[in-house]
Amino acid sequence: MSATLASSDAGAAPSAAHGPARSDTSHPWARRALARSLRLASVTVFLLTWQAVTSLHLTLGIVTFANVPSPVATWEALLDLLHSPKLAQHVGFSLWRVAVGFAIATVVGIALGLVVGRFAWARRTLLPPLELLRPIPAVSWIPLSVLMFPSTEASMIFITFLGAVFPVLLNTIHGVEGVDRRLVASARSLGTRRWQLFAQVIVPAAAPSIATGLAIGMGTCWFCLVSAEMISGQFGIGYYTWESYTVQNYGGIIVGMLLIGLLGMGSSALIRATARAMMPWTRDGVAQ
Amino acid sequence: MIAPPTGRVDIAHVHIEVGAGVDRFEALHDVSLSIAPGEFVCLLGPSGCGKSTLLGALAGHLAPSGGEVRVDGAIVDGPHPDRGLVFQQHTLFPWQTVIDNVAFGLKMQGVARAQRRVQAHELLASVGLQGFESRYPSQLSGGMQQRVEIARVLINRPRVLLMDEPFGALDALARARMQQLLLEVWSRVRTTVVFVTHDIDEALFLADRLLVMSARPGRIIEDRRLDFARPRDESLVTSSEFAALKRHCLRLLHRGEADAPLPRMTPLGPPIATL
Repeated sequence: MSATLASSDAGAAPSAAHGPARSDTSHPWARRALARSLRLASVTVFLLTWQAVTSLHLTLGIVTFANVPSPVATWEALLDLLHSPKLAQHVGFSLWRVAVGFAIATVVGIALGLVVGRFAWARRTLLPPLELLRPIPAVSWIPLSVLMFPSTEASMIFITFLGAVFPVLLNTIHGVEGVDRRLVASARSLGTRRWQLFAQVIVPAAAPSIATGLAIGMGTCWFCLVSAEMISGQFGIGYYTWESYTVQNYGGIIVGMLLIGLLGMGSSALIRATARAMMPWTRDGVAQ
Repeated sequence: MIAPPTGRVDIAHVHIEVGAGVDRFEALHDVSLSIAPGEFVCLLGPSGCGKSTLLGALAGHLAPSGGEVRVDGAIVDGPHPDRGLVFQQHTLFPWQTVIDNVAFGLKMQGVARAQRRVQAHELLASVGLQGFESRYPSQLSGGMQQRVEIARVLINRPRVLLMDEPFGALDALARARMQQLLLEVWSRVRTTVVFVTHDIDEALFLADRLLVMSARPGRIIEDRRLDFARPRDESLVTSSEFAALKRHCLRLLHRGEADAPLPRMTPLGPPIATL
């Protein structure tokens, strides 16, 4: 406060609000342009360094870039894949597995979470085994799931499901437990019957937390799917990445990695956008 | 307008214990009283004296450990839209717009959307909130939120309106405006009102009948009719009669004061969730 008063004497009151980091000569647009060119420059330097260490076959004792594909090789592998009919199959299979695994995880995670979060008896009976299973990484389930499911497709979907279900479940429980009991009491006083409470109060009140769980679950979904595809299957982005290694199409490894990142990012963005559309009350300008 | 025949409250030898385990204590000790249909009753008492607990029992959120609560002869054994409850902090659903919040009670009754919106619209207008239908609760001021809360309860045409320090969180100006508005609405609706407050001015300004409660365990230590003419306005607060009554109430409250201030109770039990 006193700083604002002091600088207003110097006639610089409006810019004083931007904090102590401001420099007197810079305008907002100039700072934005500078930030943008800095970003561009750092990416360029990164790509150039990558190209340099790979074309020089640089070896630094414990790590070697002798076999790492260069950006140019990666670009060529990408063009190859884009022209290959296999692209649609790889992406299609991966998307399908994620969609099915995630959908099942959503239904199971939310349903279980609502019951466990709301009823003490459910917490006592259902939560202990779930707590035992939760710390086991989904990827370590791969051998067992191959034994459990006759089709590799089902086993991969199972792994994907496992990856997503725990974040969804835990965030749903957390959301339900956080519901203001006064909201429940008010709803009851306004004539809401017990079985209506879930639809009318519990679910919408827990929705922001559930949405967080879905976004996290979508991320772990991809992580688990890619691992599963590397071990079994003939199609999928994870399979393509691993196959690129085995057939020495090293550029394809990077393409696969980038595709996985892109698809993961895209599906998480889709979850967030859907959640935003379904929860207009949480948007900016409707802040609590 | 003729006072409706509904909204009679009978509380007979009610004891209420709240809290869990070792924290359990008797919040109300042998309270008996009757409230006539359409009466505006203020429950005045120090923080933690059990007045909100009594309100919780009337709402059906707290079960008495002894005695019984009846409204129009029927025993209260759970919450019901006939007994509308307004909390100190609004409990509007943040995910619903103002109009949907107000119409919620009708939705629970199965009234069609168009029809319930018409009624909600009218009620919103009667509390001075026309034009705010499509806002979300978080976009309103504290006073407006409480007006929506009151409208939401009134849409069920409750026999009894239960209010737990509804204006306690508002600034002085907003509070005065809300008190005026409440009396205005009540003059049209004429439901029984049980209004809990620890603000002597508020109780004297609003009530037909003042009930003063002692500190824990809560008992009623004064039951007095307030015959100030209606409609009432701010000039009442500065009248000599009002000042004399206020002095009297202050003495009563001081006499019943506990050694240390007690935590505020809620109509749902102790302030921290003890599930």
